[in-house]
Amino acid sequence: MLKLMGFIGKLSLFTARVIIDGVRPPIEGAQIVRQMSEIGSKSLPLVAAAGFALGTVMTLHTRNTLITFGAGAMIPTVQALAFFVEIGPLVAGLLVAGRVGSGIGAVLANMRATEQIDGIESLSIDSFKFLVVPRVFACVLTLPILTLFMDFAGLAGGYLSEFASSKIPFALYIRRAFANLEWANFIAPTAKTAVFGFIIGAVSAYYGYTTNQGSQGVGHASTNSVVASSLLIILADVLLVKCIFFVFPESAL
Amino acid sequence: MSLATSGVVTFDHVFKAFGPKQVLRDVSFQVQPGETLCILGRSGTGKSVTLKLLMALLKPDQGSIWVQRDDVTRLGEKGLSKVRRKMGFLFQDAALFDSLTLYENLALPLERLTEKTEEEIDAAIDSVLANVGLRGDKAKMPGELSGGMRKRAGLARALVLEPEILLADEPSSGLDRITASEIDELLLRQKADRGTTILVVTHDVHGARRVGDCFAVLDKGELIAFGPAATIERSEHETARRLISEA
Repeated sequence: MLKLMGFIGKLSLFTARVIIDGVRPPIEGAQIVRQMSEIGSKSLPLVAAAGFALGTVMTLHTRNTLITFGAGAMIPTVQALAFFVEIGPLVAGLLVAGRVGSGIGAVLANMRATEQIDGIESLSIDSFKFLVVPRVFACVLTLPILTLFMDFAGLAGGYLSEFASSKIPFALYIRRAFANLEWANFIAPTAKTAVFGFIIGAVSAYYGYTTNQGSQGVGHASTNSVVASSLLIILADVLLVKCIFFVFPESAL
Repeated sequence: MSLATSGVVTFDHVFKAFGPKQVLRDVSFQVQPGETLCILGRSGTGKSVTLKLLMALLKPDQGSIWVQRDDVTRLGEKGLSKVRRKMGFLFQDAALFDSLTLYENLALPLERLTEKTEEEIDAAIDSVLANVGLRGDKAKMPGELSGGMRKRAGLARALVLEPEILLADEPSSGLDRITASEIDELLLRQKADRGTTILVVTHDVHGARRVGDCFAVLDKGELIAFGPAATIERSEHETARRLISEA
């Protein structure tokens, strides 16, 4: 229990420093863009492929049930609501936690083990601001974009699956998909992934940047980053959904 | 603080421990301007820690460490940044940023810490790479460089900001005798051309005798001998005598 409290305290201080250093000039714009590009290029194929596959499978699973209740026309609506409201944001967050979180943890831990972080400090460069802050901010900015790709890939997968069964025209599928989708169903759940991004970036960077176990620490940082950020994303999702319902009561389905 | 007034680097009763292990115990010495100090000792006696304390990458538990007139143990972030600008650090494994090319490794501090234009940065990098014999390799990634080249690249990065003090941690470790000798030559040239004060941590007594004006011998965290080679050879400590004589 004491260990957990200690971890929470250290992580809180670490995240506070990320926020303070993030708004303190100079802003590391070039580094943020570089990290966004890296995170985006690494994760986009995975997120798009997973979204497409999930969309296809979800339609296969829900189709028979909805047709049984005479609600076959609702398949696109269910697909869109499920993806935009919950599946897209959560699955994108978990996938990026696995793909990018482990990478951030391992890269920073390796830099610590090979004295690259000391090297940066020895050049009078603030290693925290140079290495940690851009990675966290890049996660915050990139995850909502990746979530949109996940959402639309899911819709595309759903359409393909439905087209194979019912030959539904694309325009009709899209019209039905967005018929019951309010802005509140779309904006708030997508925006919440910025919080997921912060969790992934901050937790992974914490494990990588603060390790002192040499090369052994690289593996630990990588594993711990994925486990802790995935768990925190799921916990944060519960809280954020509650908050979204409070702020946008109309978004409660 | 009388010790701090004359030396470029001064350690004043420094203690450092990692958990239960006392790494440095009441270490005091002073390095004069333009002098080359070689720190000798068996493995795990706190030699590299001494350099990291000087660069303020670690904090001592007790004592003060002076770089010219600044006590690095009491400086804030801005003050430390200023003091670090005066020093260059060649790490044991060079510690080059493996995601950047050699050129980018050298350009990074110049772009961030100086007002130099792009052309001036190019010229500075060409000059320092020519000095270490790596002018044609600036587009290479650190992973493409051999051990000797990495050391020279690390030295180039340590020198690119033209530091007054150079810290070198095991500059010849893992290198053959000829390549190690080339690194020694570079250190000697740096001292002759720029009057740089150099602190070298090394196990290579042959190289140390070539480049060193003064020697500090650490044993179990204590400074057991300090002075020119002749003084160490007459030391009452057998470890110090053996370390300096094993050429």
